[in-house]
Amino acid sequence: MNLWIAIGLTTAGCYLFKLAGLLVPASALERPLVQRLAALLPVALLAALTAQQTFAVGSALTVDARVAGVAAAALALVLRAPFLVVVGAAVAVTALVRALGFG
Amino acid sequence: MKDVKEQTAATAPRQQAPPGGPADAAAAKPDRAVIRDSLGVGVAVGLSGFAFGVTSAGAGLTLLQTCALSLLVFTGASQFALVGAIAAGGNPITAAAGAFFLGTRNAFYGLRLSQLLALPRWVRPFAAHWVIDETTAVALAQPGRRATRLGFAATGLTLYVLWNLTTLLGALGAEAIGDTAAWGLDAAGPAVFLALLAPMLRTATERAVAGVAVVLGLGLLPVLPAGVPVLVAALAAPLVLWARGRRSRGSEEEPYDAKGADR
Repeated sequence: MNLWIAIGLTTAGCYLFKLAGLLVPASALERPLVQRLAALLPVALLAALTAQQTFAVGSALTVDARVAGVAAAALALVLRAPFLVVVGAAVAVTALVRALGFG
Repeated sequence: MKDVKEQTAATAPRQQAPPGGPADAAAAKPDRAVIRDSLGVGVAVGLSGFAFGVTSAGAGLTLLQTCALSLLVFTGASQFALVGAIAAGGNPITAAAGAFFLGTRNAFYGLRLSQLLALPRWVRPFAAHWVIDETTAVALAQPGRRATRLGFAATGLTLYVLWNLTTLLGALGAEAIGDTAAWGLDAAGPAVFLALLAPMLRTATERAVAGVAVVLGLGLLPVLPAGVPVLVAALAAPLVLWARGRRSRGSEEEPYDAKGADR
């Protein structure tokens, strides 16, 4: 049940953000500080999420096969690979490293 | 095929609207070329819904819950954040908060798009559902209103259909797959985040924010309840802005986008 509440909240929140951009008069969101925070907020969240989902097991930090996978994704990004290749590289390398018996 | 990240980097964060008027679009781009751009992005990203379906099922969400997320939330980073936080044992409300904050950027995409698409008011509540990274990236890369609208609609449709189909397949397949970790699928989430993040790291400011956020997110992980460290890490954005403001006080800084554009 709790999960459905979380899904409902996420749905409503994400939709309202999308709609707000289309409906709100441009001036409201055009203050420089608001613009900058809006540009930087996803940077902070995505960086923290990337790091956590690479190194976290529950509330502990560890180094396992995921690190190799995410490193492969980073390399693919540097090589300007398409989105699907980036994700595929991470999955394949992680699986390979696990198959070899590490992490 | 054009590269999503390249387009996102080149277009999405730019704040100054290029003149979106149809008249100046001497470069009347053929519809076919617009559709090709749209399909390139829509198919590539749409297929990665499979990774979401598997991840979500692995996090313990039911088939219905997993599909509801893709149908109703339809913004990948928020979806991955929500199921990732739930998988980590986070409180569902905290997990929703992380997903919610990641969704803020879509409001700013919508702001840019509303100027370029110039949609009738009654269409906006429907179009809003497709206002995400990829549709914005493709739409902003098109010359003129017609191509912009076509790019937005074609990318949105392709992505919506594929993302939901592959989510369903992924969630169904997760059972057949069994241990998703053995297949490396637990690396899909962070790879998606990294792919969205990479094109944003254009200047020292973004890199500083990312660095501080990583330190906060990892450092606080052992001491705060699951899901909370990510929210605290979001403070990296105001923190870095504040620190930079102090350093360059007096001289009014150059506008943010001027720096973003010089790459």
